[in-house]
Amino acid sequence: MRVLTKGNIALAEGAIQAGCKFYFGYPITPQNDIPEYLAKHLPRVGGTFIPAESEIASINMILGASAAGARAMTSSSGPGISLMQEGFSYLAGSELPAVIVNIMRIGPGLGGIAPTQGDYNQAVHGGGHGDYRNIVLAPASCQEMFDLTIKAFELADKYRNPAMILADAMVGQFQEPCRLTPKDPVIIPQKPWALTGAKGRPAQLIKSLFLGPGEMEIHNLDLKKKYDTMEQNEVMYETRHLDDADIMIIAFGTPSRIAKTAIQFLRQEGVRAGLLRPITLFPFPSKAIHEYSRRIHKVLVVEMNTGQMLRDVQLACHNGTKVYFYGRPGGGIPYPDDIMAQVKKIL
Amino acid sequence: MYYDMIMAGFGGQGIQIISQLVAVAAINKGYEVTYLPSYGVEKRGGRTNVFLVISDEEIGSPITNHPYALLVMDQIAYDTYIHILRPDGLLVANESLINTSTNRRNDIVSCCLFCNEEAVKLGNAKLANMIALGALLKNSNVLTVDDIEKVIDQVIPERLSHTIPANMQAIRHGYGLA
Repeated sequence: MRVLTKGNIALAEGAIQAGCKFYFGYPITPQNDIPEYLAKHLPRVGGTFIPAESEIASINMILGASAAGARAMTSSSGPGISLMQEGFSYLAGSELPAVIVNIMRIGPGLGGIAPTQGDYNQAVHGGGHGDYRNIVLAPASCQEMFDLTIKAFELADKYRNPAMILADAMVGQFQEPCRLTPKDPVIIPQKPWALTGAKGRPAQLIKSLFLGPGEMEIHNLDLKKKYDTMEQNEVMYETRHLDDADIMIIAFGTPSRIAKTAIQFLRQEGVRAGLLRPITLFPFPSKAIHEYSRRIHKVLVVEMNTGQMLRDVQLACHNGTKVYFYGRPGGGIPYPDDIMAQVKKIL
Repeated sequence: MYYDMIMAGFGGQGIQIISQLVAVAAINKGYEVTYLPSYGVEKRGGRTNVFLVISDEEIGSPITNHPYALLVMDQIAYDTYIHILRPDGLLVANESLINTSTNRRNDIVSCCLFCNEEAVKLGNAKLANMIALGALLKNSNVLTVDDIEKVIDQVIPERLSHTIPANMQAIRHGYGLA
């Protein structure tokens, strides 16, 4: 049965059904529905909800819960996510799984609460210090807010690495019919590495500090191997009408939804446009984009920022592909007409 | 089938509840739906609006800039959205609080009702939104009053379930007037 559900609520229910037992967070719009829902519903499954004193406290509580072997999550937006970056780096360095949700708000600074995708670079390329990557999933529907949250917990545990849900506020705030049961049974793996008290076994250590000669290089190369494996095995994307397309639109989150409508209208007018929607932003679908761009020589990147994923698309595209950009930063949302106009201008 | 609409007014007029009734009734009939409310700093008396799309296919964009229907409950909502209504589109306007002569459109289907006064006639001024909803149902041909009746107990909170008969009566009243 499908129920009209808000994106943020679908995400929060997805976390509960993924076996998340700890949530720590601090309020900020436009993600407040998530802690509100979990405060009410996490205790019913024996979970713990703590309204933390700050985002820095939240992320470090996540680190603690994760080190003890539990599935744990926090959520925030822009400024709160910035405060957490040290914790991201420590989680990745300590090889601890965690799910972190960023329902983006406009920046820089305190910005505003309208939909935006201005945190792509922070999520995918940066944030904390050191040689690490976040797994980044970009839902574009309320159903994906549910499904990809479960997937994020699965990937975080599989790779012992932080996984982020990166969604714009439209995906967080709008409502669609959702199936609020997992597609596949949720299996939480054993975590023999967890710090559970050392009764009857030798003590274990989880750390990100390696001071011995060469130790940190070995650690970094091990991490790199893990990220390479993710790039081999975990890339997810959706395509639409690319078989005969003269132009490939690349967009994630809300702009991908608007592009779908634009493509539908364009095709009614005989314009052959298609879509590639990255679902994982790291690992990025570079190989797929490269392959498609060998045949489709015009690419239009649409983002609600000034061009952040654009750089990754340019790196992925085959030589000779012309890459165009249409961006609406600061809360501007493109209408299907706007994307149609851009496509017509290019073709 | 594809039908999109914008509903708008001020907080407390019940824009969200009638939008939810339409959305849930449409899902119940097997349609795809996107429901995008305004969010953030909204409060009683502040601005409120909903973008609603109903389709028998997967829905791309949840926002629309030339809707098939516009339901507005006050003057600011009317003045904000009237110019983007599609030619031949449907306007449902609460004439109690709207003077449509300010931005008149002659290329649309207009259904203007004194929703506030009609609601008072039914004994409760809060039913104005339901009267407008009845008028929308009559003129849009996407959902019937029966479709709404089937889901109204899922949308109205349980503590207010005693208001369901009065709400249904107001929807029928608006349908009859339109």
